[in-house]
Amino acid sequence: MEVKLTVNGMTRSDEVEPRLLLVHYLREICGLRAANVGCDTTSCGACTVLLDGESVKSCTVLAVQANGRSVTTSEGLVADDGAMSAVQQAFRENHGLQCGFCTPGMVMAATSLLAENPHPTEQEVREGLEGNFCRCTGYHNIVRAVLGAAEKLSGDQTNTEVTA
Amino acid sequence: MIPASFDYEVADSAAHALSLLSEHGEDAKLLAGGHSLLPMMKVRLAQPAVLIDIARVGELSGIRTEGSEVIIGATTRHAEVAGSALLQAEVPLLAYAAAQVGDPQIRHRGTIGGSLAHADPAGDLPMALLALGGAVEVSGPSGVRTVAADDFFTGPFETVLSPDELLSAVRVPRGGDVPWGYQKFVRRANDWAIVGAAAYDGRVALGNMGGTPMRALAVEEALRGGTSAAEAAAYAADGTSPGYDIHADAEYRKHLARVLTRRALEGKTG
Repeated sequence: MEVKLTVNGMTRSDEVEPRLLLVHYLREICGLRAANVGCDTTSCGACTVLLDGESVKSCTVLAVQANGRSVTTSEGLVADDGAMSAVQQAFRENHGLQCGFCTPGMVMAATSLLAENPHPTEQEVREGLEGNFCRCTGYHNIVRAVLGAAEKLSGDQTNTEVTA
Repeated sequence: MIPASFDYEVADSAAHALSLLSEHGEDAKLLAGGHSLLPMMKVRLAQPAVLIDIARVGELSGIRTEGSEVIIGATTRHAEVAGSALLQAEVPLLAYAAAQVGDPQIRHRGTIGGSLAHADPAGDLPMALLALGGAVEVSGPSGVRTVAADDFFTGPFETVLSPDELLSAVRVPRGGDVPWGYQKFVRRANDWAIVGAAAYDGRVALGNMGGTPMRALAVEEALRGGTSAAEAAAYAADGTSPGYDIHADAEYRKHLARVLTRRALEGKTG
């Protein structure tokens, strides 16, 4: 069936099989490779994207379920001039990654978390990232990155990237 | 992992969903958040020929009070139940239980009706509804019937729902001042309960201690007889038939049921 979605701000229409998963739609039809297929069982969070602004695991959403809705991947957080979002920048500054496989999902989960709770405690960050597994870092620098992004965003209220 | 092929229909009302169910019969499954059904379809444990998407039916979503009850539409998502100021004030056990489901991404998609219809004996919502003494509204070709939580769950992943019926809403009693507790024992983040226990107003429900969520009736009887919470909790494993897996054997699960029931009766969460 035909689906019409807004992907990273661009409206597009595609003919898809109903059984096509959103993560495969994004990677194979849209050519957006940030969202990774990790566990493929709704556990690891590597495929996390935003659906109408909320974090979801795109391995467990059908592309047809996203019909008429807005999807944002980690590519979509980057501004037109190439500037990374505050969350992406904070992951870089705090070295919140090693191999990088989980990172796009972590960034999207963190972006959704900060939209819902702009001033999280460390405990709230850890619980908010419960659905994202990192097998390299031990999470310390990831948590630092999210807390750092929260601080940056709250200290810069005029930053229009807050809602990115 | 990719599901087997299916046809996809979008319902625009509850009545439309019912007519699509009648049309397609046992080959059809209802789809809301899809967080129980799609994982089963991906491993081909479920291969429905038709999916009927009810997530866009507005009348099936939302939270409102009606007399002494709060009514929650079936497609209301866990995040909405957990974050509802109304439920936090009037039915705090249910809001807390919804916040324990999976992880934030799962709570953004999964629905209360879907969790109950899926009837996982280790699930949070089935145990919570049973502890609360709530009920579900079931719509079918001959109208709406209300089924008490005590009568709804019939076996592992089995309920009284017929293939042509739709779980349309959930009813729970208002009781912001009623003492309650909720305990979920897990080893890993975003996992199902190894054992769970929920207490509300002298009712005690256990999760993952048998094929369905179940009442701890011996505990309740002891409490009615004036026994202390700590002593009554010793009966929590009576009549249970827990399974075993890599996480816990049956004896350990019975031990957990007693400990978690005591904590739940003491009003603890965790």
